[in-house]
Amino acid sequence: MTVEMEQFHQVFFDESQEHLETMERLLMEIQPESPDTEHLNSIFRAAHSIKGGSGIFGFDGLGGLTHVMENLLDKARNGTQELTPTIVNQLLQTVDVLKTVLEDYRNAQPINQAEIDQAILLLQETIDNDCPESDSGNEERGFGFFESTTSEAEDAFGFFESEPQSENQDDSGFGFFDNEPSSPNASVSSLPKTSGCDRKPAPAPARPVSSSNGKNASESKSIRIDTSKIDMLVNLIGELVITQSMLAVVGQQTEDRDQEKLEQGLLELERNTRELQEAVMSMRMLPISFVFNRFPRLVRDLAGQLGKQVELKIEGGGTEIDKGLVEKLVDPLTHLVRNSIDHGIEMPEPRVAQGKSEVGQITLAAAQRGGNIVISIKDDGAGLNKERILAKATENGIAVPDRDNDEDIWQLIFSPGFSTADQVTDISGRGVGMDVVKRNIESIGGRISIESSAGKGSAFAISVPLTLAIVDGMCVASADQVFVVPLVSIIESIQPASHQLRQIANEHLLWVRDQYWPILNLSKRMDIDGAIGEPTDAIIILIETSKKRFGLMVDRLLGQQQVVIKSLEQHYKRVPGAAGATIMGDGKVAIILDMESLAEDVNTQVAEAQTYERDTRERKAS
Amino acid sequence: MSEILEKERQAESASEPEREFLSFVLGQEQYALDIMSVKEIRGYEPVTKIANSPPFIKGVLNLRGDIVPIVDLRIKFNVGEATYNEFTIVIMLNVCNRIVGIVVDAVSDVIKLNDEDIKPPPEFGVAFDTQFLHGLAEVHESMVIIVNIESLISSETLALFDTSDQDDQE
Repeated sequence: MTVEMEQFHQVFFDESQEHLETMERLLMEIQPESPDTEHLNSIFRAAHSIKGGSGIFGFDGLGGLTHVMENLLDKARNGTQELTPTIVNQLLQTVDVLKTVLEDYRNAQPINQAEIDQAILLLQETIDNDCPESDSGNEERGFGFFESTTSEAEDAFGFFESEPQSENQDDSGFGFFDNEPSSPNASVSSLPKTSGCDRKPAPAPARPVSSSNGKNASESKSIRIDTSKIDMLVNLIGELVITQSMLAVVGQQTEDRDQEKLEQGLLELERNTRELQEAVMSMRMLPISFVFNRFPRLVRDLAGQLGKQVELKIEGGGTEIDKGLVEKLVDPLTHLVRNSIDHGIEMPEPRVAQGKSEVGQITLAAAQRGGNIVISIKDDGAGLNKERILAKATENGIAVPDRDNDEDIWQLIFSPGFSTADQVTDISGRGVGMDVVKRNIESIGGRISIESSAGKGSAFAISVPLTLAIVDGMCVASADQVFVVPLVSIIESIQPASHQLRQIANEHLLWVRDQYWPILNLSKRMDIDGAIGEPTDAIIILIETSKKRFGLMVDRLLGQQQVVIKSLEQHYKRVPGAAGATIMGDGKVAIILDMESLAEDVNTQVAEAQTYERDTRERKAS
Repeated sequence: MSEILEKERQAESASEPEREFLSFVLGQEQYALDIMSVKEIRGYEPVTKIANSPPFIKGVLNLRGDIVPIVDLRIKFNVGEATYNEFTIVIMLNVCNRIVGIVVDAVSDVIKLNDEDIKPPPEFGVAFDTQFLHGLAEVHESMVIIVNIESLISSETLALFDTSDQDDQE
């Protein structure tokens, strides 16, 4: 239910935004001495739609103000109230206030009630002063700020068609059903982004605006587009990127008088393609606050149910993320936040006894790191209980890692059927979930890691790729086969000298950057014959993944390139070690390597032991 | 195009229950499969190998932007020799909403068969498991083995799909 309401909220916010912009535009055009009735009607309807919607959703701040505004507009429309430049100005200011309030609601920030009250008071004064003789004016004075009568609730803004409550209005329908023949300037078009209304030229409403203005494009910051259209565009761009890289290959091979010109053109094409691609990808990007915004409510309700006191802090809500990912993050995040409240944050008394504030803190934060978005859920609760997790693992027959390796122990909670909750509650503790959380995150190419310290709290960090469609990669060759290594996991590439190589238990180790690096031979892993066998003749790419560092041994580096990720699963199946595939400039398929899964094949124990040994030796020596 | 074919097929099936099959050669044997599952026929091109896959999966190739697996039935069913030359053919199939290519020695003909022309398969003597066969038919005085290509491609024997995906489709 809440999820559905959230969707309606979004529609309401978008529509209200449009309504406010319409109001602003029409108010700017209006000539107070001879107002166009059609314009006044449109403004009135816009205000009315916002009021109706806010009544349904309980956005009282908007409802109260639009109601008074509506009264004033109604009078102006009926001719009982004379429009003056001052009043138009005042209405514009009201629109400004409404915009701020709407933005606050959208960002789930507290609204500035004082500002609203002030605006209502001003409008009410105008109504009272200018038409003291009006009876209706006096009646309406009685309305409170949180007016939301039942009739309002039915005057829906969007999906529900209804009669406007107003007596002398015939045209019905708001929002989607608003098919009233509008003035030409009501057509939708895009507009350079101006964030605030306050940047607009100060309205000089008394001066009649030239009628040619009517032809000007109306102001609308956004248009709604079916996502499938954007997806199609993304796919087409993908094909374009492939074609472009094909041409680049041809360009390199051509030996002609015009080669220089061709190369220049190709470079231009490459740049344009990249920019076009970025622009299209940005269309798919949404601020992560789309996900975060549902949590304040959830936290409040849950904390209330459990008798805990929890404060939610949200950071980095403006971080943008692919729309496809937004939807897939909702469930895992909800689960983690619930867990934090249920298991993490303690009841007020024990908190005080431990010298903490009785109000628990949960922080939801998002930030961009390279090609990834890192989302963290941090609480200052009890932290994970190592003993209980280990006991539970033994009970369930799960192999228990080294006691001292916290990171590995925490990962145990992602095992299926794992729950350490003392009692099964309504909220969590049924043992389903954490494994699903992990699987959900991995299905979008993400990773989850945990940090926790007893008594101080725990932090879950989810790292997901910025986008699912395109990756910056290094093309490498092993024998005659080409692979793509995602650039984000590469530290550097070296051709090792023999003095940098150590051998232990038949495995090569690379000594570089004050560390021993285990080496994974790509040709062995990928079953390729004819690749270089000696590390000194090969190239070793130093790879860093979320858990391990290792060297990937390949024959050659072919160059850096943006590649379009294609699914192997569409016609085939998941391939271990592959994150997907791509089509290279020559039309051949290349496998995109999944570094995280390759890292699991690396025998890091030797390297870690070596590094550790060396460190201790050095410490002793010094 | 496929629409036209579909219409033709419907028109035909209305008059007589005759179906068209594409016959192909594996080693010395003549096989045939329902022509409606054929997407296109093309020459063999080098493919990108997939590590740690069974030998009969040759790899994947780019079919106009789609990455499709190529299966060599000669290796899987141990018929003929798995050689690759300019005459080696790949039949691109469109089954179960997926595209899969199969390598064959040659494509021979399009044959029309009625249901009664197709005799039940014997229990033995064919490289294919009988569950993947429709039956046998006598065409031009030689025997053609009619393969139920859909059940073969989606079978666990070939393991071309993730099992979870298969669940979704069934």
